[in-house]
Amino acid sequence: MTGGRIQARFAELARLNRAGFVAYVMAGDPDAETALEILQGLPAAGADLIELGMPFSDPMADGPPIQRAALRALAAGMTLDGVLDLARRFRLTDTTTPIVLMGYLNPIVSVGYETFAARAAAAGIDGLIAVDCPPEEADPLADALDREGVDLIRLATPTTDDARLAIVARRTRGFVYYVSVAGVTGAKAAIADDVAPAVARVRAASGLPVAVGFGIRTPDQAASIARVADAVVVGSALVDAIATAIAEKDAPARRVLATASSLGTAIACARVLVEEPR
Amino acid sequence: MTSADTLASPDGSARAAPRNDYLAFPDSRGRFGEYGGRYVPETLMPLVLELEAAYEAAGADPAFHEELRGYLASYVGRPSPLYLARRLTEHLGGGKIYLKREELNHTGAHKINNCMGQILLARRMGKTRIIAETGAGQHGVATATVCALFGLPCVVYMGAVDVERQAPNVLRMNLLGAEVRPVTSGASTLKDAMNEALRDWVTNVENTYYLIGSAAGPHPYPMMVRDFQRVIGVETRAQVLEAEGRLPDALVACVGGGSNAIGLFHPFLNDEGVRLFGVEAAGEGMTTGRHAAALNGGRPGVLHGNKTYLLQDADGQITEAHSISAGLDYPGIGPEHAWLHEVGRVRYLTATDDDALEAFKLCAKLEGIVPALESAHALARLPEICAEVGKGGVVVLNLSGRGDKDLATVAARLGVAVGDAS
Repeated sequence: MTGGRIQARFAELARLNRAGFVAYVMAGDPDAETALEILQGLPAAGADLIELGMPFSDPMADGPPIQRAALRALAAGMTLDGVLDLARRFRLTDTTTPIVLMGYLNPIVSVGYETFAARAAAAGIDGLIAVDCPPEEADPLADALDREGVDLIRLATPTTDDARLAIVARRTRGFVYYVSVAGVTGAKAAIADDVAPAVARVRAASGLPVAVGFGIRTPDQAASIARVADAVVVGSALVDAIATAIAEKDAPARRVLATASSLGTAIACARVLVEEPR
Repeated sequence: MTSADTLASPDGSARAAPRNDYLAFPDSRGRFGEYGGRYVPETLMPLVLELEAAYEAAGADPAFHEELRGYLASYVGRPSPLYLARRLTEHLGGGKIYLKREELNHTGAHKINNCMGQILLARRMGKTRIIAETGAGQHGVATATVCALFGLPCVVYMGAVDVERQAPNVLRMNLLGAEVRPVTSGASTLKDAMNEALRDWVTNVENTYYLIGSAAGPHPYPMMVRDFQRVIGVETRAQVLEAEGRLPDALVACVGGGSNAIGLFHPFLNDEGVRLFGVEAAGEGMTTGRHAAALNGGRPGVLHGNKTYLLQDADGQITEAHSISAGLDYPGIGPEHAWLHEVGRVRYLTATDDDALEAFKLCAKLEGIVPALESAHALARLPEICAEVGKGGVVVLNLSGRGDKDLATVAARLGVAVGDAS
């Protein structure tokens, strides 16, 4: 069992009246050892939850930054076992930060749902977001994950109407991931005024915390979303920091953690500071 | 698996009676057995469901069928002839060979049948922008053609590698008013073009219709594309009954995604006496690993919205397909084929690049027909199939496209300059 790390973390955030910072990084980007260094540094940089990307050859819902991150990781030899091994090694020094895997179904189908769920639980994984597995196809996967106590986290989007929201909310656990824009990761910008009513709707339908992601890059954007959501997910901006570091022959871990730190501070302080006039 | 074993009996008589009505699939969840389904991101789910409802409504509307029939007759040039290939039959010395002449359609392949159906559906749905993916450019050209016909803006995603290899088709699409967007992500080929088209769709959900070119993708696409290609088999059935007074003994078609094959096969699936053969591209040979044979060299997985057989590595990463024929150069296959393979109703054979090239030359020389390299894969397996049905038997081969587009490829393989290719 995973000990309910996701639930505990959101309860703590609610008690502190602040939004959580969900930091997305691609497992094995740019290589396994550097990725572990990044993971180990993220909590101190302000990450409340970690979303660990599972690299896939055909990431159809991702924009160029995460596509490139997946290719870097695969080129460096990352595998599904390698992803789980990173999580296992992270857990040696951090037993409280929730880790949610995010990726595509085929590598999971390839190993088999039961085997995947058992290995993920053993590695200290708390949840899974399977981008290309809508509720209509999810029952066998949800059954396997339930048996191992790993939360299957569902996605709601701007195209999810109230009728579908009920379907999405059924069997979802941990939190709901609200995709703030119709599009791929890292492309369009999320607008807090549009996101606020959607978050309220999703929260009401699911009774769960709502994390918002897909269009959030800068500390200012993150802060504006942190005022209306339970958690803010940033991914493309972090993996871009790796690309920039590689291009400039800088240390990727330092660049990513610096970017994470400014995002983490902005999110943590968002509800305390008065919103700046625009 | 057991049914596949019993099918190994050449005359098919040993096969157990079908437990299924083959025409009853897909089920309400878009499944052919365990294959198919709707594995798309949540953003696309409402669109896929909307499409399913719109397609169902169109199917129940006689006016839709009437409109489609009209365009197929006056614009596409249907029905396509069923032609008795006498010299090829004599040369091979077995069953009588008929060619279903899909290469005579407007734009030179079967692709237009599906494009015509889907563009009429898109118009019914009030969509104002069309996107498509293409490999060799045949589906892109067919899509651009129907978009020109109805004055709809069209964006075609094409791998940057294919854009370079298929420059004439890029020019054709541009002349037809389509915008061709080269795709540089991944390996810059067909599967990446499909990823990019899906990314466009997920971004432009309000006004955009995704016109998929093969019997693959999320439900309802595999069913819908099959239904629009069924005209091939429906015509064949009437034509062969007229010519021979009976059903054929065997049907054969090449299989990439599999739309021309399923279109030919589907009206015959419940006719147990009709043996069905799909031919996959074996590229440089099945043992080299450089092929495009998803059924013969892949295993089940999930990609591009459906569960089906895929070329993939041990870790579930999709691997590149290889074939001399760009139209077969895809690492997956339509889900209905995956199911027909597993239940054993269709036998899936393979043909290498070299096999296809020989058949390409033979068909040109003996029949005066230059086939597409895709169709040449099916031609390459005729010797075995004609021998199996024997003299007096009747075989229909789907000549799915014409080979004009392939002359540069063939010239390069034969080591001749294009100017000397004639």
